[in-house]
Amino acid sequence: MNPDQDNQANLPVVGSETLTLPVVKIIGVGNAGAELLSALATPEFAAAQFIAVNTDAAALAASSATVKINLENKLLRGLGTGGDPERGQALAEEQFSTLKSACEGAKVVFILAGLGGGAGSGISPVLAKAAREAGALVLAFVMLPFDCEGNRREAQARAALAQLKSAADGVICLPSQKIFKLIDENTSLVETFKFSGGFLLEGVRGVWQLLTRPGLIQVHFADLRHLLHERHAENAFAFVEASGPGRAREAVEKIISHPLLDDGRVLAESDAVLVSLIAGKDLTMAEINRVMEQVKRQCAHAQIIMGAAVDAALKDKLCVTLIAARQGPAPTSVTPRTETHSPATTTTIHREPAASRTVIKPRRPGNKAVQGQLPLSIISKGRFDKSEPTKHNGEDLDIPTFIRRGVPLN
Amino acid sequence: MFDDGNIIAGLEIGTSKICVVVGELTTDGGLNIIGLGQSPSQGVRKGEITDPQKVEENLRTAMFEAEQMADVEIRSVYLGVSGSHIRGFNNRGMHPVVSADREISPDDVDDVLKNAKAINLPAENTVIHAVRQHFFIDGQDGVTNPIGMLGARLEVDMHVIHGHANRLQNAIRLVKATSLEVEEIVFTGLASALALLTNEQKELGALVIDIGGGTTEYVVFSDGVIRHSGVIAVGGDHVSNDLAYGLKVPLSRAEKLKLEHGSALVAEAAKGQTISITNDLGLELKRVNVEHLQRIAALRLDEILRLIAQDLEAVGLTDYLRAGVFLSGGTSRTPGLVPLAENVFQMNVAPGHATAISGLTTALDQPEFAAAIGLVKYGSLKSRRREGKSLLPRGLRGMFDKFKILPR
Repeated sequence: MNPDQDNQANLPVVGSETLTLPVVKIIGVGNAGAELLSALATPEFAAAQFIAVNTDAAALAASSATVKINLENKLLRGLGTGGDPERGQALAEEQFSTLKSACEGAKVVFILAGLGGGAGSGISPVLAKAAREAGALVLAFVMLPFDCEGNRREAQARAALAQLKSAADGVICLPSQKIFKLIDENTSLVETFKFSGGFLLEGVRGVWQLLTRPGLIQVHFADLRHLLHERHAENAFAFVEASGPGRAREAVEKIISHPLLDDGRVLAESDAVLVSLIAGKDLTMAEINRVMEQVKRQCAHAQIIMGAAVDAALKDKLCVTLIAARQGPAPTSVTPRTETHSPATTTTIHREPAASRTVIKPRRPGNKAVQGQLPLSIISKGRFDKSEPTKHNGEDLDIPTFIRRGVPLN
Repeated sequence: MFDDGNIIAGLEIGTSKICVVVGELTTDGGLNIIGLGQSPSQGVRKGEITDPQKVEENLRTAMFEAEQMADVEIRSVYLGVSGSHIRGFNNRGMHPVVSADREISPDDVDDVLKNAKAINLPAENTVIHAVRQHFFIDGQDGVTNPIGMLGARLEVDMHVIHGHANRLQNAIRLVKATSLEVEEIVFTGLASALALLTNEQKELGALVIDIGGGTTEYVVFSDGVIRHSGVIAVGGDHVSNDLAYGLKVPLSRAEKLKLEHGSALVAEAAKGQTISITNDLGLELKRVNVEHLQRIAALRLDEILRLIAQDLEAVGLTDYLRAGVFLSGGTSRTPGLVPLAENVFQMNVAPGHATAISGLTTALDQPEFAAAIGLVKYGSLKSRRREGKSLLPRGLRGMFDKFKILPR
């Protein structure tokens, strides 16, 4: 019995998409994927269909998924992929039609995987392609390995991530290394993995809630599709909870300082942001406003999609799910980040002669052009290298001004 | 030994130097600066302590110098604090007047002040100053003392400056470790403003910018009360760092070049000029283009001022600065900074002098000492009020002081 579905039936019907719950299939790939899948097997997700894909028959047997796809063949002799993504990929391509038919009929497919190994890295991109061909919106939730897991795994993970980005509609990626900041010294290995997995699952849950919860201000499936579809976007997400009288403010601060959003930098660079607020019955318009105001201020360039819902079970808790999408490096892209990639535009940024800027033009602070940062930190910050960076509207003030303003010194 | 009730010391642990200023309260209520101490600061970055041991060493040097000069023993200090974690904002508190005759009693005033201070701060932050601005009675503006007036709704605006509790505590603990008492912590931006501005300027409206080594603090006064405050963790250190990077010279050399040739405007005469850098033996190492040097420095300083201008624009205070802009802090010595600031703010800019105090003129004219002098001034205002209330038991005194932090 699923309470969500009951509520769904009472909804005012706006578009055809909301008539029924979109069919969601959650597919766990590889051992890590299966692990995540079993963690998801709660009544909340009863409406979704779980599929496990693996090359390891023993691990697959232990999985609680309703549909299990074993990509084992004789070549592997029951030994799995042995950490080689090429084998995983070859297997997946061999059984492409099986994967495609498994995705048939789904509106949304979530792919859960840990990248870096053989199965996760090899199969996920092929699976994403298959699911897309089957007509579903494909969202991949993946984990990158910890730095200490070695170069090879990292390189494999990066390669797989790149493939996945071009194959799936959206990739939400959790670099496990960032988790390090959040755990303390004494956390055991098992707990760490559970914790990082939990982080990813928060993201899955956030999107799931977006799609299934009856909203006061509904986020339509179409909105999500619009945000992600055909964009080959790179996404970052944050899921925060706050409670008590100052919860709106607290939630905003948590979002801005969220480790997965790089202290707010991601927001400044994103071009589409989806925010969903869920709280108990006492959710006020003022709180929604407070959160949205701040989010808006943070992401000056982004198109913002907002949803709000009430769930009595949350009592005085306020949950905010935020997904920020950044346009991938496609030829038409106009995000500030890619601007800094192309040498032709770099030099034109802020190249007004100093004399012409004598008059202060009144401008709203939110409209300030946010200059992107090169992805590689090649600019040394000298004596400020090790100190806390001075951020102002997403600009790192420790980097010499003449470099940020693009003033040439011959 | 002196009765050290008359001795007030201000201590500023800055990014480039540690300043101690000793003041003496005269019998007629004036304040005389009688001692100065300073020492280069080594363990501070961007206004915050990074190496307590080095800071402690430097602090002892500066303290010793000040005690020698003033010939007194310093037991307690007013400590200046800064850093990017410090923020200021305005908050309004409301209180309905319930008494039958609608006369506003001192209790009503206490209540409204309490309400104004009930703010949602992040859990790890603590209030440094809560300064009341103006009262409103039934929406009527500009009431300074509402006791005895009639009204139904009493409101008050308050400027609250808050910061990260642990980071503030670091500085306090360090000072206490040198067996000094900390009377109170004071935001250095506020201290500089106290030192530089006369009451008339506060009334007219003025912006004080203290550009130090690691941080830039700014405070806006208007109608006699503090209206806005902020910190940008950028200062003279950044100029040196930019020069070191842009001119490809070591940091120590960049620091020297900044002091000798730095400017906030690119001088016409500097165009095409070069200077040679020599090593200890007088051999030429490389030549540096003065125009580049000045351009790099000018861009950085221009940016700092523009960030402040943008902030004031955002809060709508630009039109309230009728007395103009006042500069202090070591970096304000940079040639050309005044015309640059005039250009950015489009109003009168003056290098600040600690006007409101008498004493050692060498100290009063130095912009670096403005904050420390302001700390002494803050202390003198505090202790004068304390004298007035000396009949109250000590605990109660503290409570009262909290409500009235700044006299007009």
